[in-house]
Amino acid sequence: MTWLHDFVLGAPGTTPAVVWGYWVAAVLTLAVYSFLYKDNPLYRFAESVFVGVGAAYWLALLYHNTLVPKLFVPLFPPEGEPMLWYRIFPGILAVFMLLRFFPKLSWLSRWSLGFIVGMYAGVNTTGFAQGDFVAQLHATMTTPLTEGGGLSIALNVAAILGVIATLVYFFFSKEHRGALGGIARVGICFLMVAFGASFGYTVMGRVSLLIGRMTFLLRDWLHLMH
Amino acid sequence: MRREIPLAITFLVGMFMLVDFFVPHTRVSAVGEEMKQWGTIVIAASILLGIGNLIRVHSKKIARRNTGWGYSIVCLTVMSVMLWFGLWPGERLGPSPLVGTIAQGSYFNWMYMYMDVPLQSTMFSLLAFFIASAAYRAFRLRSPEASLLLIAAIIVMLGRVPLGQLMTKGLPEKATLPWLTEAIMTYPNMAAFRGILIGAALGVMATGLRIILGIERSYLGGEK
Amino acid sequence: MAQFDLRNVDRRVIFTLIFVAVAWPLIQPMRLPMDVTPPVQQLYDSVEAVPPGSIVMLAGDYSPDTMPELQPMVVAFVRHAFRRDLRIVTTSLWADSPPLIEAAMTPLAEEFGKSYGTDFVNLGYMAGGTVTLLGMGASIPNTFPQDYHQTPVRDIPLMREVENFDDIALVMNISSGTPGTREWVQQVQSRYRVRLASGTTAVAAPPFYPYVQSGQLVGLLGGLKGAAEYEGLVGATGDATRGMDAQSIVHALIVFFILLGNVVYLMERRARPTGAARPARAPEVSP
Repeated sequence: MTWLHDFVLGAPGTTPAVVWGYWVAAVLTLAVYSFLYKDNPLYRFAESVFVGVGAAYWLALLYHNTLVPKLFVPLFPPEGEPMLWYRIFPGILAVFMLLRFFPKLSWLSRWSLGFIVGMYAGVNTTGFAQGDFVAQLHATMTTPLTEGGGLSIALNVAAILGVIATLVYFFFSKEHRGALGGIARVGICFLMVAFGASFGYTVMGRVSLLIGRMTFLLRDWLHLMH
Repeated sequence: MRREIPLAITFLVGMFMLVDFFVPHTRVSAVGEEMKQWGTIVIAASILLGIGNLIRVHSKKIARRNTGWGYSIVCLTVMSVMLWFGLWPGERLGPSPLVGTIAQGSYFNWMYMYMDVPLQSTMFSLLAFFIASAAYRAFRLRSPEASLLLIAAIIVMLGRVPLGQLMTKGLPEKATLPWLTEAIMTYPNMAAFRGILIGAALGVMATGLRIILGIERSYLGGEK
Repeated sequence: MAQFDLRNVDRRVIFTLIFVAVAWPLIQPMRLPMDVTPPVQQLYDSVEAVPPGSIVMLAGDYSPDTMPELQPMVVAFVRHAFRRDLRIVTTSLWADSPPLIEAAMTPLAEEFGKSYGTDFVNLGYMAGGTVTLLGMGASIPNTFPQDYHQTPVRDIPLMREVENFDDIALVMNISSGTPGTREWVQQVQSRYRVRLASGTTAVAAPPFYPYVQSGQLVGLLGGLKGAAEYEGLVGATGDATRGMDAQSIVHALIVFFILLGNVVYLMERRARPTGAARPARAPEVSP
C-alpha cells in the first residue's frame, strides 16, 4: 500500500509540482520509448512537444541572458547609468541577420555573417595554432624517454612513432607506396586501435544515457530502486 | 557591392582578431573586448533566426494542411505557452515569481525540467538500443584492420567496467583488463588522436586564413 | 513454429535483452568493486591542491541528453569544492546548463551551509561560444553582466573579487560537445595558462587524452565510469556509482552480441562455396 501511495501521490515530502512533474516526465519518456516497437502517433506527439519546448526555452533564455543585458539595457539604461551608444551597431547587425526572412533584403544578412565568420576565423586560427598545433608538437617532442622503467620508455617511443605514422597516413600529396606506404600502414594500425577504443567508449556513453532514464523510471516514478 | 562589403567586413574583423592575439596594448585589447561582446549579440540573433524559421515552417504546414499539420499545432501551442510563461511581464498578472521569469520554481522552469529534460534525455537514450542491434548485425571481422578495431573495442568495453576488473582479478597487473585499457588509451589512442589534432589544426589554420583573405567565399552563398 | 535464424534476429529481442540487462542491476545492485584510473586521480589531486578560500570556476557546457553521465560529475565536484571551502563561480556556454547546475548546487549549498552570492554564484548562459571565452579572458563581469537570476553582477559580493582568469584557481569544464573542452583548451588554457580540468561524455573522452598527456588538462573524467571513480574519491555514492553494475552487464551483453554475430558470419562464410554469391538476407522482421 505504501508503494502504491508513493507511486500515485509521490514519496513523503514531495511537493505536488514535483509529483505532477514526475508523472508528465514518465508519460513523455514512455511515449518516446514506444518508438522501439514502431513509429506511432504517441511518439510523434512527444516529438512535437520536444521541438516546441526546446525552441521556447532557447528564445526565452537568449532574450533574458543575452539581448536584455547586452543590447537593450546598454542602449536604454536605467537612470544614472551611461548609455553605450556604440551597441547600436551590433543591434543593426542583429536586425540584418533577421532580414534573411525577406528575400529582397536577405543580402543584408551577409554583413552579419561576414562579421561572425571573420571573428571565428580569426579566433580559431590562433586558437588551433597555439592550443593544438604548437602545444601538441611540443608535448610530442618533450615526451619523457628516460624515466618510468623499460616498458614505459618503450611505450612512449611507440607513441611518438605512432604520431609520426598517423601524420604520414594523412599526407595525401604523394602516393602511399614503398617506405611511405609502410609507415602509412603503421599509422592505420594506430588509428584502428584508437577508433576501437572510441567505439568502446561510445557504447559506454550510449548505455549510460539509457541507465539514466531507467534510473528515473525505476527510482523517481516507480519507486522500485532503493 | 553585395559581396564586396561582407568580404571587407570579414577581412577587417578577422585581421583585428589576429592583431588582438599578438598585440597586448590596452587600446587594442579594449576594442577587442568590445567586439567580442558584439559577437555574442550577433550570434544570439543567428540562433533567433533558426527559431524563427521553425515557426515559419510549422505555420506554413498548418496553413496548407500538409501531412502532420496536427503535430505542428501541438508544437506551436506548447511553444507559445512556454514563451508566455518565460517572457510575459509578470507584473501584468500581479506580483508573482512564477511567470515572466525563467528562474527555478517558475512555470517556465517546471516545463523545462519535466518536459524538455526528459524528452531530450530519452531521445538520446534510444541510441543504446540501436547500438546494441548494430553491434550484432554489422560489426564484422572483414579485414585485419577491422580485427584490430574489434579487439581494442572489446578490451576497452570490458576493461572500463567493474566486471572487467573482476574477470581478470588475480592475474599479473599488466595482464588485467583495466591495465590494458588504460595502456590503450594512454599510448596508441593518444598517439593517433594527437596526429589527428595536429593535422586538423593545420587544416583550420589554412582555412581560417583563406576565409580572412577572401579566397574562401562559400559562406556568402551562391546568389549575387 | 517459425525457425529461429541467428542471421535475422528480430531487433526487438535485442531491445528486450538490453532493457532487462539495464533494469535488473538497478533494482538488485551487485556493488562490484571499482579501481581509479590515473586521469581521475590527477583531477582529484589537483582540486585537493587548491588552497581553501580560493575561487574555482565550474563551466557547465552540457545539455539534458548527457545528464546521466555529466550531472554526477557536477554534483561530485561541487561537493568536493564545498568540502574544501572553495568558492564557486559557474558559467555556461550552452543554454541548457544553468538550470541543471542550479538543480545540482542548491541542495548541496544547503547541506554545506553555503550562501548564494558569497560562496557560489551561477552566472548563467551567454551566447557566443569561443567568442564568449575570449571575452571572459578580458573581463568576466563584462561578459556576464548579470547572473542566472538577473541580478547585476557588480552587486554580487563574490564577483567583486573576480575580474578574469587570473582570479580563478582552477576551471572544471563539464562538456558534452562544442563549444566545450576543446575550445577551453585552445582559447583559455593556452592563452591564460589557467589550470583546466575536464569532465566529459564517454563519446568525447578518447580524443582528449593528448591534452592530458601534454598537461593542458590537469585531469579528465570520461563518462559514467569517470564520474563513478570521482564519486568514490570524494566519498559520496551517487547515480554514477549505482549505474556501474548495469553498465557492466550491458557491456558484457554487447560483447556477447558482437562475438555471436561474428561466429554466425564466419560459419556462413565457411559454409558458402568459394566464389559463390552471398545469399540474400531475409527481409528484417520489423513492425
